Amino acid sequence: MTNPRRASPNPGATAAGAPVAASRPLFQRASGLLRWESVLLVILALLVVEGTRLSKFFLTGPNFANLVSAVMEVAIVALPMTLIIITGEIDLSVESMIGLSGAILGWLWAAGVPIEAGIPIVLVVGALGGLLNGLLVARIGLPSLVVTLGTLALFRGLANVVLGPTAVSNFPAGFTAFGFGNIPGTPVPWTLIVFAVLGVVFYLVAHRTWIGRQVFAVGKNKDAARYSGVRVGTLKAALFVLSGVIAALAGVILAARFSSARADNGTGLTLVVVTIVLLGGVDINGGKGTITGVILAVFTLSVLQNALRLAGVSSEYQAVAVGLLLIGSVTAPYLARQTRSYSDRARRGRHPPAGSVERGEVV
Amino acid sequence: MSAEVSARPSGPGAGARILSTVGRSRELTLAGVMVVLCLVVALLAPHFLSLSNLSQVATLAAIIAIAAVGESMVIITKNVDLSVESTIGLVAFVVADVLRQKALPVPMAWLVGVGLGLVLGMANGAIITLLRVPSLVATLGTLSIFRGLDFFVAGGHEVNLADLPPGYSDAATSAFFGVPLFVILAIVVVVVVALVLRLTRFGRQLYAVGSNAEAAMIIGIRSRLMVFGAFSACGLLAGIAGVLWGMEFGTIYATSASGVALQIIAAAVVGGVTIAGGAGTVVGAALGALFLGLINNSLLLLQMPQELLQVIYGAVILVAVTADALIQRRERRVAAEHAFR
Repeated sequence: MTNPRRASPNPGATAAGAPVAASRPLFQRASGLLRWESVLLVILALLVVEGTRLSKFFLTGPNFANLVSAVMEVAIVALPMTLIIITGEIDLSVESMIGLSGAILGWLWAAGVPIEAGIPIVLVVGALGGLLNGLLVARIGLPSLVVTLGTLALFRGLANVVLGPTAVSNFPAGFTAFGFGNIPGTPVPWTLIVFAVLGVVFYLVAHRTWIGRQVFAVGKNKDAARYSGVRVGTLKAALFVLSGVIAALAGVILAARFSSARADNGTGLTLVVVTIVLLGGVDINGGKGTITGVILAVFTLSVLQNALRLAGVSSEYQAVAVGLLLIGSVTAPYLARQTRSYSDRARRGRHPPAGSVERGEVV
Repeated sequence: MSAEVSARPSGPGAGARILSTVGRSRELTLAGVMVVLCLVVALLAPHFLSLSNLSQVATLAAIIAIAAVGESMVIITKNVDLSVESTIGLVAFVVADVLRQKALPVPMAWLVGVGLGLVLGMANGAIITLLRVPSLVATLGTLSIFRGLDFFVAGGHEVNLADLPPGYSDAATSAFFGVPLFVILAIVVVVVVALVLRLTRFGRQLYAVGSNAEAAMIIGIRSRLMVFGAFSACGLLAGIAGVLWGMEFGTIYATSASGVALQIIAAAVVGGVTIAGGAGTVVGAALGALFLGLINNSLLLLQMPQELLQVIYGAVILVAVTADALIQRRERRVAAEHAFR
């Protein structure tokens, strides 16, 4: 997935701290880093204005709680997905793990196991599922695309085996209140607190610790990272385990919010998670991205979905909007890069040899 | 054949021979596993061997096989198409809708369906090659965009068999000398594509692009044009599969064929088409489709819970790719020892 030869107008950006980077003025590099987040902020502001125009309830507390809690499951799953995509891998199985953890939780509850005991059990199941992905990717060296496509089917199938076509819906009130209730006296949903805590932790780990540096190093150049002492396999396996645990937690939250555990909970959510991550400016080829961008993308997407709903757009067409957003969020930076590199060349008064711009590009 | 193509220019004689044997044995291995599975199921459930049951299995597998052939061409170029199921669903619905409104005669409606598949495939190809969106992302997007179009066309309705011309779905059950029509069609598709991949420059270039895009570029292969061609062909074949899907099932919903992409990709992967690109044959993919169909049928006949199907499909994918990787690792070691001596 990594593509070292993608022609970059700013070669310094691919080698942090290299002398090449130092030759560019500092503010230019800073603006390059901030640009995508700024674009997202502008889009978010425009969406809020549009939402306010569509409905006078848009800027109310209950609607805020509503639009935020509708995306919290995908939001927390997007955090580990961000790190996985930065290392150049992908985890397509998260939506099935969401279904499987909800199904097992429901089955345990129906069998008389208290919720407080059920939640740790399904988190362990999530870890085991992630470990399976991680071992196959890191140990056997299989492409994560095909591994997680396999476990996408496997986990969903297991959810079907556990729960069949039935739904478990008699969860205790305290549990479901966690899913769609707010902190008393505020319009802040409990689940937003979970996302906020995880968001801060992931931000710190990704951008302030050696673990984060290793993640980016692996994504930029796997071999260079290995030669400089990064245990690439262990790191990747750990990220898949993390992804499994968080997806299982998302399954718990989804079951609580719907106050229903069904084997098909979470179907189609991988699309939304990957869209959030890429909309957040993370490079699908690995090596680049920020947790801040992804957090902004979470709110952009939730406001967009809410505005579409207020405009009377049905959920099928909302999925189309998400699909367009996904493709657009990869295309826009590419087109911007192209325009910039052409204008750079034009300024230097040099014509590029035909077709040289993306030589070696692997599509 | 793929192994020969990719190995011949670079590998030593022994390595190439070993690789080509493994490449050939994948189809044989799969055929062997299927024979054993058939024997076991036939012993436990004699109805398995009845002509009606075998025709039904083969007809369903034929539809998946046609789509899997297209998917294989894409995977051989080191890409993936997750949107095939939406293409199949949309084509099936549009063809049924056109026939319901009696807007076109039946053959024209089929042509529209296949053409629509081609256009959707070209759209994927354009997004991937012109806008440089990685195929995984692009087709994850079009998976929901094409499905959205399906909902738009359907407008909350479905098309029933009664809305279609009388005798429309007869083709799905008709047979020549006991061989179902769809199976004959699938065999024709597999043979034509297999010959194209083996004998034409286009075919060899597809493998070259998948095994090493940069090297392919250096020797003058227009990689992106090849990838565009593979996605177009995949769309076209998904269009054919969509037309057949409509005939097979009669009643078409906006959600028809949801989740089938997994089965199609699984067929290709189990058939030995490697996700890493540059290897595998469409014959293998077609056998993979038949294998998955047999598993489905066995569960039904042995009265095992249908919920197990997805578990087994998932496990089969993981086992197939893991076995591949382990065999390749051993081959590499053997080849290395050989070279050392």
